[in-house]
Amino acid sequence: MLLNGDTGAITRPGQFVNIRLDGFFLRRPISVSDWDDGLLCIIYKVVGRGTAYMSSLLPGARLDILTGLGNGFDVSKSGSSPLLVGGGAGVAPMYALARVLLSRGTAVHMIAGFNTAGEIYLKDEFEALGAELTITTADGSFGRKGFVTDAMDCRHSYVYACGPEPMLKAVCNASAADGQYSFEERMGCGFGACMGCTCKTKYGSKRICRDGPVLEKEEIVW
Amino acid sequence: MVDTRVDLCGITLDNPIIPASGTFGYGYEFAELYDINCPGTFSFKGTTASPRYGNPTPRIAEAPSGMLNSVGLQNPGVEAVISEELPKLAKVFSKPVMANVSGFSTEEYVRTASLLDSQAQVGWIELNISCPNVHGGGAAFGTDPHTAAAVTAAVRKAVRKPLIVKLSPNVADIASIAAACEDAGADAVSLINTVLAMRIDIKKRAPVLANVTGGLCGSAVFPIAVRMVWQVYEAVSIPIIGMGGISSAQDVVEMMMAGAAAVQIGSANLVDPYICRNIIRQLPEVMAEYSIDVLSNITGAAHR
Repeated sequence: MLLNGDTGAITRPGQFVNIRLDGFFLRRPISVSDWDDGLLCIIYKVVGRGTAYMSSLLPGARLDILTGLGNGFDVSKSGSSPLLVGGGAGVAPMYALARVLLSRGTAVHMIAGFNTAGEIYLKDEFEALGAELTITTADGSFGRKGFVTDAMDCRHSYVYACGPEPMLKAVCNASAADGQYSFEERMGCGFGACMGCTCKTKYGSKRICRDGPVLEKEEIVW
Repeated sequence: MVDTRVDLCGITLDNPIIPASGTFGYGYEFAELYDINCPGTFSFKGTTASPRYGNPTPRIAEAPSGMLNSVGLQNPGVEAVISEELPKLAKVFSKPVMANVSGFSTEEYVRTASLLDSQAQVGWIELNISCPNVHGGGAAFGTDPHTAAAVTAAVRKAVRKPLIVKLSPNVADIASIAAACEDAGADAVSLINTVLAMRIDIKKRAPVLANVTGGLCGSAVFPIAVRMVWQVYEAVSIPIIGMGGISSAQDVVEMMMAGAAAVQIGSANLVDPYICRNIIRQLPEVMAEYSIDVLSNITGAAHR
């Protein structure tokens, strides 16, 4: 979904927006796949009634959106050869991260994991950016068969990852490098007021929506 | 020119709008968005004697016209609130703040309330005896008139500032609990806390919330809150702070006509962080529409 509007609050890849939908009380938090001065792109999977409603919207619909939420990825820590890992819907925010890293002259290796070939998205876009792209599918219907960790090696300076929590944990265990991992949680407000999405870290309680969704590897309590 | 001021236990509020505890943190998330001095005051996050992590996640579930939460009184503890949160708050909020206090024993309520009572920034103590999401505390005190009166009396003796007791809707007769708190020395009551509720994920065949049950809030509970404020107004002579699903200036007027002297706005803050500021801006227009010159005059108007 492409949205026109004020994107001035978005400062980093890995941030999210929170979308108000007619007929639903809670907003829907969705990660930003990419943005520019007046446009933002979100890529979401229809998993429930809220996202089903979003997919029924017609071009020109107007939405009330809180933008620039969350801390996002810190590209200054990437080193010279960062590894980007995305799983399923977690591939989406890695696009803007890859774009920003490449614009800084940093080579990017992206591993994108999907269940099956039919779920693959952003393949051409990552390649057009100039990222080295490895695709894995759990059923082997495209690319390398297996999980993202099956495509990992130790030739990376840093890890950026977004995806289901079991994937994040497996990636974290498979890499000796430092990294940043983006988490999901059911949210109330999305901006730090309600304490609905708290998690434990080595440095105390953090709010996924405000202090995250990106956590440093060394602070994560699995 | 309309007059939106109301009196709350001897302190004049510029308007009756009070962001509710647990939806406004300790103020500064909202201070980044607008001048938080515009509401009458706000009630800060429920504070206990010791730091609390709260309940496991998921803590949030959606409902038709509302939401369930089961946060479980996450807070940094009263000492950290006094040494860290209140000094930070002082930089962005110059009015007296409402200190929301929770606990697991009468002694704990007394200790936390008296520590906060001695803080110059605190204008009122709001005693939360109605949290549905913790075991052995909160609502355990607020669902019986005798225990509600006992904790109210104990805290009343220990604090000098106005004492507001926050009541649970999860009772058979809220008016009798309100009356017991009034008799025990409460200066005001606030109601309603959330309505005990539950959702099940039919795909997982399991409760949505890790704590199984949670508190329902949002527009869904507004008529329940209006009914309970009405009943409590008939039973007590102390001021009532009405809350539960308020999301518009019209809702504010309705709640005040049911008997509220002031109102709290809760979950609406989580959906629209600008809601309190917007309601305050709309109030004069809505007052004019219903020929209200002095807002405080409509408290209980529907009873006459």
